[in-house]
Amino acid sequence: MIVGPAAGHFLRVVAGPLLAALALTAIVLLLLGVDPAAYFRQVVQRGLLSPSGLQAAITRTAPLLFIAASLILAFRAGIWNLGGDGQYLLGAVVAAALAAPLAQALPLWLAWLACFAAAAAIGAAWSVLPAWLRAFRGVNEVVSSLMMSFLGLSLANVLIKFVFQDPGTTVPQTVTLPVADRLPRLLGGALPTGVLLGLLAVLMVHWVMTRTAFGTRLRIVGLNARAAAHAGLDVPGLTLAVFALSAGLAGLAGAVDVLGVQGNVRADWNPAYGLMVVPLVFLARFNGFGAIVFVFAFSVLSVGGESAARRLGVPNYVTLMIVAILLAGLAAGEVLDQRAARRRDAARAAGGEAAR
Amino acid sequence: MTDLLTPAFATALLAGAITAGVPLLLAGLGEQMSQKAGVLNIGLEGMMLAGAYAAFVAAHGAGPWAGFAAGMLAGMAVAAVMAVMSVRFGLNQIVTGIALLLGVEGVTAILHHLKFATTYPRLSPVASWPLPGLAELPVAGPALFDRPAIVYGAIALVAAMAWIYRRTYFGLALQAAGERPSALDAAGGDVVRTRAAAVLAAGACAGLGGAFMSVVAAGIFVPFMTNGAGFIAIVLAMLARGRPLMVLCGALLFGACLSAATALQVAGVDAPVDIVQMLPFAAVLLVLALFGQGGALPAALGEAWRRGDPLGK
Amino acid sequence: MSAAPFVSLEGLTRSFAGVRALDGVDVAFHAGEVHVLLGENGAGKSTLAAILAGVQQPDAGTVRIDGTLRSLSSPREAMARGIGVVFQHPRFVPSLSLADNVALGGGPWWRRPLPAEIARRMREAERRIGATAPLDPLAKAGSLSQGELQRAQIVRALMRDSRLLVLDEPTSMLTPEEAADLVALMRRLADDPDRPMAIVFVTHKLDEALDCGDRITVLRRGRKAGELRPGADMPREAARRALLAMMFSGAAALAPRPSTGVLPDAGREILRIEGLVAPPLDGIYLSVRAGEIVGVAGIDGNGQRELAEALAGQRAMVAGDIRLDGLPLGPLGVAARFRRGLRYASDDRLGEGAVGALPIALNLLLKRIGAAPFWRRGVARRVAMDAHARAMIAAFDIRAPGPHTLAAHLSGGNLQKVILARELETGARAIVFAKPTHGLDIVSAAACRERIRAAARSGLAVLLISTDLDEIVELADRVVVMSRGRIVARVAGGEGAREAVGRAISRGERRAEAQA
Repeated sequence: MIVGPAAGHFLRVVAGPLLAALALTAIVLLLLGVDPAAYFRQVVQRGLLSPSGLQAAITRTAPLLFIAASLILAFRAGIWNLGGDGQYLLGAVVAAALAAPLAQALPLWLAWLACFAAAAAIGAAWSVLPAWLRAFRGVNEVVSSLMMSFLGLSLANVLIKFVFQDPGTTVPQTVTLPVADRLPRLLGGALPTGVLLGLLAVLMVHWVMTRTAFGTRLRIVGLNARAAAHAGLDVPGLTLAVFALSAGLAGLAGAVDVLGVQGNVRADWNPAYGLMVVPLVFLARFNGFGAIVFVFAFSVLSVGGESAARRLGVPNYVTLMIVAILLAGLAAGEVLDQRAARRRDAARAAGGEAAR
Repeated sequence: MTDLLTPAFATALLAGAITAGVPLLLAGLGEQMSQKAGVLNIGLEGMMLAGAYAAFVAAHGAGPWAGFAAGMLAGMAVAAVMAVMSVRFGLNQIVTGIALLLGVEGVTAILHHLKFATTYPRLSPVASWPLPGLAELPVAGPALFDRPAIVYGAIALVAAMAWIYRRTYFGLALQAAGERPSALDAAGGDVVRTRAAAVLAAGACAGLGGAFMSVVAAGIFVPFMTNGAGFIAIVLAMLARGRPLMVLCGALLFGACLSAATALQVAGVDAPVDIVQMLPFAAVLLVLALFGQGGALPAALGEAWRRGDPLGK
Repeated sequence: MSAAPFVSLEGLTRSFAGVRALDGVDVAFHAGEVHVLLGENGAGKSTLAAILAGVQQPDAGTVRIDGTLRSLSSPREAMARGIGVVFQHPRFVPSLSLADNVALGGGPWWRRPLPAEIARRMREAERRIGATAPLDPLAKAGSLSQGELQRAQIVRALMRDSRLLVLDEPTSMLTPEEAADLVALMRRLADDPDRPMAIVFVTHKLDEALDCGDRITVLRRGRKAGELRPGADMPREAARRALLAMMFSGAAALAPRPSTGVLPDAGREILRIEGLVAPPLDGIYLSVRAGEIVGVAGIDGNGQRELAEALAGQRAMVAGDIRLDGLPLGPLGVAARFRRGLRYASDDRLGEGAVGALPIALNLLLKRIGAAPFWRRGVARRVAMDAHARAMIAAFDIRAPGPHTLAAHLSGGNLQKVILARELETGARAIVFAKPTHGLDIVSAAACRERIRAAARSGLAVLLISTDLDEIVELADRVVVMSRGRIVARVAGGEGAREAVGRAISRGERRAEAQA
């Protein structure tokens, strides 16, 4: 044994797969005729080391953090809420529609609060049907929440084009919130409010799920629904609650994105954060701190990747591919680690016997 | 409203339903087999997209039949990754599928950018095989019986799938792998091989469906062109309760809804595309809400299997 | 029978998570012989059967078939080598017909025979075992009884030309009469003049072993404790004593201690069930007094689980009345009944009794999530939880590294202790034990039985559901027998109870079959 079990574990689960994935990415970049060293230098430079790039990467985490919170809550409770994209976009549209008029009529903080509440409410409302079907009819929520998501994307477009369209422009989009009325940046501009709220949301969800009675009940339902029924928990009620909270957080993600960054929503705009964050949260093993790290790393990669794409003339989609390769690498690492653990168990069993 | 009853509108609607429905049908049949075997194949969309791109490239160089073959192979290549990760190694099926989808989206978009970003070539229309006699019928003739051969092939696949499920050992093994893999194992079957075969078949079908989209329906490849069709196909498979014929019905219904906007334009009605696009999803959710019951899906759907699992599922 | 063995195992070793389930076992199986593998729970019998079935792989040791070295790497491989297995829990697909289940896994992928052809082959195999009532090939496997599923497994093994048949605890789910039929069937297959089979009969019941074994191999804690050929030259009592000595190394021969049959000075009634209807339960009347153990006997699947669930509040009641200390429980839910003192220790320990991925500390509080002093205003107080868990670990002798050990990492016996600790904790008035010692090793089982006795002594009303007749007779003051959702017999404990209960079970089965 050259390396201890802890070091071996780190090698197998994090460092090894990461290096392998980067090497694979480099090969692909070479095949595309791009200098991998230049590409990665650009990503790190523009995504992490340059002040403006870092700023952009941090800003981008805001909606992703809310979605991560939404998914951690649902997944820990054993609910596959894959309707995040629809819930997000509806939240964004509702917040965008309300923000400009409310900002005129109300104190700014109250207008923001009202937008948050409305976005959370529409998100939650959009989850009622899948939640009800799952809780009382036993219908698999993967499909129903995906369907609601598609329906929500179309509905968001309808709302933008026919209800909330900015009368001042021919482009189908909502009224743009003046920059002065958007969420402020804290700490001298370094920390957007949305990011702070997103961090709070993730940490809050993490705390609720690990430290409170409510979270413990949700985890029991998620880990073993039969044990939950045996222990007298209200499984349908908890299912409805999980869906409402998770979808509400996804709706908030939309509101934060609109109030903090976008200012409006254009028709046919769908950043599809939901599906992107699912694997990140999964790799973090539903741990809030891990999710924050992964979300930030993803932001750096995507901001730096966009810059590198512009500079080196490769398409922007390289980021997507790198994320997929990294995911595959980390997943493979986990498989290897499980196998090593099983071998260790077997060896320990044999060794223990021999010693006796 | 009398405009809507013209033969031109009916033909456009029917033809559009077929054109939009065949990819859904192919991918849905594939997904159905995969789900029967207990694998929820969320990466279906990625397999379609890979098929669409590979088929476009091959058809561009060597004609539509090479395109279809390339599409199937590309879909199977993506499916092979899925099979290794989620069937052989037991990684979570949903997460594996999503990761694959993201990867394929990235790769196809890059390749398309590098190869065709400046030229944007178009394929010439695929020759149709008019069925003698039937093709001359009014309305139904041009819409149903004067189509490329692959359309007839897709419909024949419905019967082939039904035959596999009812008349072969493989069909039996599929059902056991999805309901109770340990029973298949104890009976001398091979759970991993059965599930892997089902996933590969799903990849081939989805790849062919993607090939149809780029080669026959559009004549061009656009990044992300599948645009949710794979997810619709997953839903079709889930609602079909294991019956291939139900996938056909669902695919035509969805296809009609997807193409209704175009057909309405033919009839001179300018209906908002977004509202028309909501129809199929709303219809499915309505069906789920009214008649949806659990238990129609295989008991072990989505669960990794390993021999000697203490719970013995 | 001195010919070369069909299958011989040498030095077979297999460990699970640090425990040696099998440790250098040598054993050989001959055609024409019924070979009994005898041992307590945890002795390694089932592991050996699983290795023969190809379900598990040995860590060390060799398998020879007809003298040739073979590796049984999968059930398919084992089957192809002529080994057929009757699993204790039949592995059939419930939604498929019997014919489809029997056909499953056979033949090349495309060439599937028609159901009629499969049915014909099934009838052929059934003639070979002399079955009187043929199985219905078109019936869904999910609708068949345990006995029928067992027969179907035998039929399938014969259709695949098995030369060795392993039966893993085949009598545990059968009535005494069905068990006798099964023993005759094994004899018939072994003595078949054309195709004599090798039979491996796995059991923990000594008398069964003596009744039908040509050769008996005793396993103890993973090792071979000895082998015996009870022939005519050996008196039954001598053989019995020899086997007992091998099973328990003489010292710990735990002869069942029949209960006295005298009611403990008739405590007052605690639990009263009147006319309980909750399908498939069909009118249950039962009363349990303080300090009394009432056994519920019967073949598995006759409503015992549903009775326990209806009492615990997990199953809706259609009609009837359940009273605890004279107060109707009526619409109260699980949590409220638990607080009132009605407890239920489920037999499905990791399926519903505990959450494997949660630590012991939380599993001990599973039915009191959010209660003071472990949570304050909904926030967990870890110090209080850990202290509680440590106290319970000490009081119930739970062998675990600490309160944070995950339930999934506990042995069956220790997990059962966690569940008992939770259910017996302060405020218990009446408790339902469902198959409390099922799957436990002998030491844990004995400890568990002692807990049940202690619970009754402390004044609890105890309902003991078990399919193990010996256990019921040993513990219960009164026994009721269930069949098809009804109580069909009531028997006082003590002398002669075993026979009376056994007769009642058989009678109930026959009546149920006649109705069907």
